Amino acid sequence: MVRISLDVDGDHVSDEVEPRMLLVQYLREKLGKTGTVVGCDTSNCGACTVHLDGRSVKSCNVLAVQADGHEVTTIEGLADGDELHPVQEAFRECHGLQCGFCTPGMIMQAIDVLNEHPQPTEEEVRLGLEGNLCRCTGYHNIVKSVLYAAEHSGSTAGAGGAQ
Amino acid sequence: MTATQDRPTAEIGRDRRRKEDQRLITGRTRWTDNIALPGMLHLAMVRSPFAHATITGIDTEAAAGAPDVVAVVTGRDLADVQGSIPTAWNITTDQKSPPHPAMAVDRVAFAGEVVAAVVARSAAAARDAAELVDVDYDEHPAVLDLKKAADDSTLAHPDLGTNKSAFWQFDSAGAGTGGSIDEAIEQARSGGILIEREYRQQRLIPAFMEPRSFVCDPNGEQLVLWSATQIPHITRFFLAAVLGIPESKIRVIAPDVGGGFGGKLQFVPEEIITVLVARRTGKPCKYTETRSESLMAAHHGRDQWQRLTLAADSEGTVTGLKVDLLCDLGAYAGTVGGGVPILGAFMYNAIYKFPAYQFNCTNYYTNKTLTDAYRGAGRPEATFAIERLMDELAAEVGVDPLEIRERNWIGHEEFPFSTVAGLEYDSGNYEAATAKAKESFGYDELRAEQRQRRESGDRVQLGIGISTFTEMCGLAPSRVLGALNYGAGGWEHAQVRMGGTGKVEVVTGASAHGQGHETAFSQIVADRLGVPFEDVEVLHGDTQISTKGYDTYGSRSLVVGGEALVRAADKVIEKAKPIAAHLLEASADDIEFESGRFSVRGTDQGMGLAEIATAVFAAHNLPDGIEPNLDSEATFDPVSFSYPHGTHLCAMEVDTETGEVRMRKYTCVDDIGNIINPLIVAGQVHGGLVQGIAQALWEEAVHDEAGTLVSGSFVDYLLPTSADTISFDIDHTTSPSTTNTLGTKGVGEAGTIASTPAVVNAVVDAVRHLGVTDVQMPCTPERVWRAIHADGAGGSTEGAAMPHFDDAEPGRDSTEGAGA
Ligand code: FES
Ligand code: FES
Repeated sequence: MVRISLDVDGDHVSDEVEPRMLLVQYLREKLGKTGTVVGCDTSNCGACTVHLDGRSVKSCNVLAVQADGHEVTTIEGLADGDELHPVQEAFRECHGLQCGFCTPGMIMQAIDVLNEHPQPTEEEVRLGLEGNLCRCTGYHNIVKSVLYAAEHSGSTAGAGGAQ
Repeated sequence: MTATQDRPTAEIGRDRRRKEDQRLITGRTRWTDNIALPGMLHLAMVRSPFAHATITGIDTEAAAGAPDVVAVVTGRDLADVQGSIPTAWNITTDQKSPPHPAMAVDRVAFAGEVVAAVVARSAAAARDAAELVDVDYDEHPAVLDLKKAADDSTLAHPDLGTNKSAFWQFDSAGAGTGGSIDEAIEQARSGGILIEREYRQQRLIPAFMEPRSFVCDPNGEQLVLWSATQIPHITRFFLAAVLGIPESKIRVIAPDVGGGFGGKLQFVPEEIITVLVARRTGKPCKYTETRSESLMAAHHGRDQWQRLTLAADSEGTVTGLKVDLLCDLGAYAGTVGGGVPILGAFMYNAIYKFPAYQFNCTNYYTNKTLTDAYRGAGRPEATFAIERLMDELAAEVGVDPLEIRERNWIGHEEFPFSTVAGLEYDSGNYEAATAKAKESFGYDELRAEQRQRRESGDRVQLGIGISTFTEMCGLAPSRVLGALNYGAGGWEHAQVRMGGTGKVEVVTGASAHGQGHETAFSQIVADRLGVPFEDVEVLHGDTQISTKGYDTYGSRSLVVGGEALVRAADKVIEKAKPIAAHLLEASADDIEFESGRFSVRGTDQGMGLAEIATAVFAAHNLPDGIEPNLDSEATFDPVSFSYPHGTHLCAMEVDTETGEVRMRKYTCVDDIGNIINPLIVAGQVHGGLVQGIAQALWEEAVHDEAGTLVSGSFVDYLLPTSADTISFDIDHTTSPSTTNTLGTKGVGEAGTIASTPAVVNAVVDAVRHLGVTDVQMPCTPERVWRAIHADGAGGSTEGAAMPHFDDAEPGRDSTEGAGA
C-alpha cells in the first residue's frame, strides 16, 4: 500500500492505495465519485476523462499514485453549487447528450479543447473530441454544444473548470 | 396538437430542454455499477476461448484459495437450478432450439460463453482469481460461416441434428395480398427487366457505451435486481418463470441506463448467473462486464445474406420482388433474435406498390455470439435491399434514381394503402418529403457538379445516394404480434397520479435509456391537463413503481406509451368533472375543461385542476358516492403500427486512386407525424444517422477461423468518432398518424434504417461510370479500390464472382475476394 495525498474537486484527501489502483477506481470506489465512469478497458472511449492539474487525462490510464500531490477535477467538481459550468450549460442548451454515459468525459474533454482553442472551428472541436466515443448523439449536438459554449462565454468556458 | 402561434403556451411541439440532463451533466447519475450495498460480493466470469468444445474438467481449487475469494461456481454447481434461458420469439411452432443454460455445463457453443464465475469481496480479486480457474476443453469443429451452416456438414449443436432453426415464408399470392411472384419473374424474363443481387448484412455490435451491469440483493421480502437493461418488466417476467417464484416477489430496477439500441433488449446469462449466485451465497452480488466481454458476449446484430430478385417492366415499373434470406442466430435462440428478420419481412416493399412479393427466411445456428435486435431490427436490412435495388433498376432503365422511385411509390392521395406485405399504411406523403429534401440538399446543383467531375475525369468523384424509406413503429398491436408467434403483447400502461397540491406524478411502463421520456412525457401530460411542465414528474424503470409495462424498443415508447398517458390523463379530467360541477354548483353538462381550468359554460365561474385536487385530498365536500381519488390509469393497445417515412440524400466523395470515401453532405426530411419535442427528435435523428452510416462505412464484427472475435475491443471495432462524422441537415414534413390521438409515428430508428442505403448508393453512384455496380459493406477504402480496379469491364463485386446461395463458399472470404 502506498500513501497518497491529493486535491479532488477542491477537497484535500489523503489515503492508502494499492500501487496498481487506477485513478478512476480510486475516484469511484474509494471516494464515491461515481460521476466519472468506465466505458472500456483499452483507453479508447474517454468516458473516464478528468482533469489533472487542469489538463484532461483518461483516468483509466493513470494510476492513483501518479495523482499524488496533484489536483484532480471531476465532473462533480465543475458546477459551483447550483451554478452550472458554462460547458455543462451548453450541453443542456444544445441537447448535447442522450443517455449521458459519455457526457462527463465529453464535458471534461470539451473544456480542455476550449482551453486550447477559446474560439474553435468545427474542425478543431471534432479533432479535439476524437478520443471520446459517444454512441447516442452522432456528435452533431456535442459539437454544437462546444461551439455554443465558446460563443456564449468567451474564453471562460474552458478556464472555469480548471480550478 | 403542436405549439403554434395560436397556442403559444402549448407544450407539445416545444423545444423543451431535458429534465433528465441536470443529473447527467453534473455526474449525479445512478448507473447500476454505482450501486454498492453493505457486504456486497463481486462476480467475474470465466469464459470459453473456444467456439465449440466439450468441457472435460474444471479445476477451481487455486481460484477458490485466492485472497478474498468466497466461492467459485461452475455450470455443474448450478445445473439443478439454472434451467434453460427462455426465448420470447419462436417464429414457427416447429422451431428447433438447443437448450441454453446460463452457464455452460459440459459443452460450449461460442467463444465467450460463461463456464464459471468467481465470487469475491472485490471486483479486482474476482478478476484476478478468474485467471486461476483451469478449464480443460476438447475442441470440436465449429460452424462459423452462415452459408456453410446451411449444408449441415458441421453441426453447431450435434444433438440438434441440424443447424436450421426455422423456415418462415410470406407469399402474397398465398396470403391474398397480391399476385404470384413466379409469374412476375417469368414475365420480366421475356421483355422486362430482371435484377438479381446478393447483399450481405455484416455482423454489427450495438456497443452501447455503458457496459452491462447487474446487482442482485436476494435478501428481504423481495428479490431486488438492478439491471442496466431496456426491459425491466420483461426481465421480471422471465425471472419469475426461471426461478419459479411469483412476480410479486421480484423487483427489477433499471436506474439510469447508458444506451441500448436493442443491445439491452435481452434476458442474458450474466444476469441470471448474478441472481443465482446471490441466492446461493445469500449476499448481494454485482457483476459488471468489461468492454471486451461486452463486445464478445453481449449480442450482435444483423448478420444476414440476402438474395433478391426484382422483376420490372421495361419502363422500370416494379412488378414483383422475391427475397431469400439466410440469417445467423449465433449459438442460441436469443430473446427476440429469431423474429428480427420477420420484422423486416413486412418492409421489403417499402414505399412502393408492386403487385407480387415473396419472402423466404431460414434461420441458422452457428458457433458465434448470439444475434438479436439492433437499432431498426430487420427493417434496416429490408430497406437497404430495396433501396439498393431501386438504384440498380434506375441504372438499368437509364433514368435518375429519384425518377424510378417516383414511378413506383404510393401517391399521397392513395392513403390509406394496403401493401403487398399485408400492412395498412395509414398516412404518408412521399412527394412532399422528397421535394423538400431535394430542395435543401441542392440536388440539381450536386448532379451538375457530378457530371462535370465525370467529364473532366477528376480523381475525386462525387456520388449522390438516395433512400426513400418507411418503417413500421410501435411494435404493437398485441393481436398481430401473437399472429407472428411473438410471445409477448405490445400494449403499454400508464398512470397519472394527482397529488393534493395539484402536482402530477406520471408512471409509464416504457422505461427509458437515454431517449428523454421524462421530458417528452411531461410535455404530453402538461398539455393534456393544463398544468405547468415543471409540475409533472415522470417515474419509470422500477417494476415496484411502474407495475405493468412492456419497456422500450422498436420506437414504441411515444406511439404506444405516450398514447396510454393521454388516455390516463383524459380519465383524470373525466373524474374531476363531476367534482368541479358539484363545487361550482352547476350541472355537469355545463362544465367545460380547457387549459387546466373547469368553468361553467357562459359564466366567468371556474376553478383550476389543482384546486379540485386539493378538495379531493381533503374530501370534505364531494358529491355523494364519489370516491376521493383523481388517480387513473390506462392500458393502450393500438389497432395498427405507425409508419414514419422520409427521404434521405447523401453526397459522397470517392478518391478513385485510394478508394477513400468522404461524406460531403447529408440531408434528410423525415415524416414522423406530429412532433412532441423537436430538440429531442433532432437528437434521435442525428444519433440514428451515424449508426446507419457506420454500418455502411466502418463497422463489422469479424471472427477468425477459430471463432475468436477479432474485433474484440474499441481498437478493432471501429465506432465512428467526432472526427469521422459531419453535421447533418435535417428537416420534417408532417402527415399525422391516425392510429393514435397524438398523431405521432416514432423516430428512434428512422435515421439508422434510412442512412445505410443512402450512403452505399452514393458510393456506388460515384463510381458507377467506372463499371462498379456494388461495394460490400463496410465500404472500406480497400473494398472501394478493389471494386474500381477489378479486372474486366464489369468492375463490380458481385455478379459471376458472387457465390450462389447453394455454393459452400465462406461468406467473408468470398466477398472480399469477389472484387479482386
Ligand atoms: S474507460 Fe477510460 S478511456 Fe474508456
Ligand atoms: S449520450 Fe449516450 S453515449 Fe453519449
